[in-house]
Amino acid sequence: MLEVLAPGPLATVQDLGRVGYAELGVSRSGALDIAALRLANRLVGNPESCAAIELTYGGAALRAHTSVWCALTGAAAPLSVDGRPAPYGVAFGLPAGSSLAIGLPRYGIRSYLAVSGGIAVAPVLGSRSTDTLSGIGPEPLNTGRILPVGPGDPGARAASSVLPGAGDARRAAAPPARDAVSPEVRGPETGAMPASGAGPFAVDFVPATMPGGEIRLRVRRGPRDDWFSDPGELLRHAYTVGQGDRIGVRLDGPPLARAVTGELPSEGLLAGAVQVPGDGRPLVFLADHPTTGGYPVVAVVHPADLGLLAQARPGTRVFFHGSQR
Amino acid sequence: MLVRRYGWDGLLLEVDDPAAWFRTLRAARERGELTCEEIVPAARTVLLRGVRGEPRWTDLTPSAAPPAPPSRLDVPVHWDGPDLDAVASAWQADPARVLRETEFTVAFCGFAPGFGYLAGLPERRWLPRLASPRARVPAGSVALAGPYAGIYPRSSPGGWQLVGRTELVLFDLDREPPALLAPGTSVRFTDA
Repeated sequence: MLEVLAPGPLATVQDLGRVGYAELGVSRSGALDIAALRLANRLVGNPESCAAIELTYGGAALRAHTSVWCALTGAAAPLSVDGRPAPYGVAFGLPAGSSLAIGLPRYGIRSYLAVSGGIAVAPVLGSRSTDTLSGIGPEPLNTGRILPVGPGDPGARAASSVLPGAGDARRAAAPPARDAVSPEVRGPETGAMPASGAGPFAVDFVPATMPGGEIRLRVRRGPRDDWFSDPGELLRHAYTVGQGDRIGVRLDGPPLARAVTGELPSEGLLAGAVQVPGDGRPLVFLADHPTTGGYPVVAVVHPADLGLLAQARPGTRVFFHGSQR
Repeated sequence: MLVRRYGWDGLLLEVDDPAAWFRTLRAARERGELTCEEIVPAARTVLLRGVRGEPRWTDLTPSAAPPAPPSRLDVPVHWDGPDLDAVASAWQADPARVLRETEFTVAFCGFAPGFGYLAGLPERRWLPRLASPRARVPAGSVALAGPYAGIYPRSSPGGWQLVGRTELVLFDLDREPPALLAPGTSVRFTDA
């Protein structure tokens, strides 16, 4: 179990999202930076689909009630366990009774904290993700919230044991047992790290790809590019990240002129859709997007680039690139 | 039918009868003839997301559409919405009587889980949205905008004209299925 001591500006439980309910108005939701979620899970030996905590601008703290492995990916924030520095992008042990503090990231917005076994809140419609638009899934985390942790997955253990050298690397990376950290608070039940012998991998290097001043996003034009007098303008202008949340990100820049006036009857939306409302300024939808919308979508951002956009702070310059058609 | 590409794994079908296409495509998916993650009908389109391999549309044209599912819902309404008088004067008729006598069908869902766009109003009954939306529309509100009627599944901001409210719970995660309204469901308003 984990206890939330401080959630920071917004902390939610996220996994890969809920698939198959869009026809009922329920969007996919799930981690905004999917690659970072998957990596965090791999680092602690979980299946990539496990639920983890998505932090927004860090500033959070948690206490472990049972010993777990943790890893932080995404926006790199300074970490400490009971005041001692802990590494970013590497699995580390969080002994029962210890507290993890996550500072403010220098770049990026969303950090992912995975724990061995995954966050085991009850799934809703097949997912543990919080959908901030529809309110489906667990409430955003608040101080005092207790989060159950899953038992870990035997499949992940089997997979890890076949990788050459993994066992040695794990031993080398094994965190000190609780008694080596602070023996005075050690209780009878709180001593060892999970005794699976199948802890997470040690890795030497985790590439951090947090956007600095500018990002480039692949787009494919359509489905409603014919509603604009010159949809290619999207590729020629520079935009700036404006307001954003889990639903979408507004971009500031020259407005796109419409060729077709009038209203588009509502049609389906997906994450990455670049929708252009009446003021001509594009909005890119992220995981908690509405399932239908009535403004034309001029282009769609490649799914693999959406994590980059979700990590881009307001003021980041955005360039779109892709085929003209 | 016109097929538009929608990003990397989406196809947007412009069709005459999205509800019939929705039923046909879902049946094809159940038979394994179509692989996709989402099928989202809307006013004049059906969006397929997570499509693997482009289906043979000629095999899927809804001439072979399964008939509309027999699902039918009676919605008991208290006719006390704040826009009831405005709607009565726009229609020159009693809104409760008009809505009771109209056979509605869920054309598509969206806006919020459990919200269905209910089609069936004749064009002379179509109404504009409010010029400025309400910050809070109570859950269960029965509302009108454009060609549609709708029922707010939970309290939310909204710009539709409110004619009444129902005590039905439109979306309940403890129920299977959670939504009372799905594309194709036929709906009749009654007096509560």
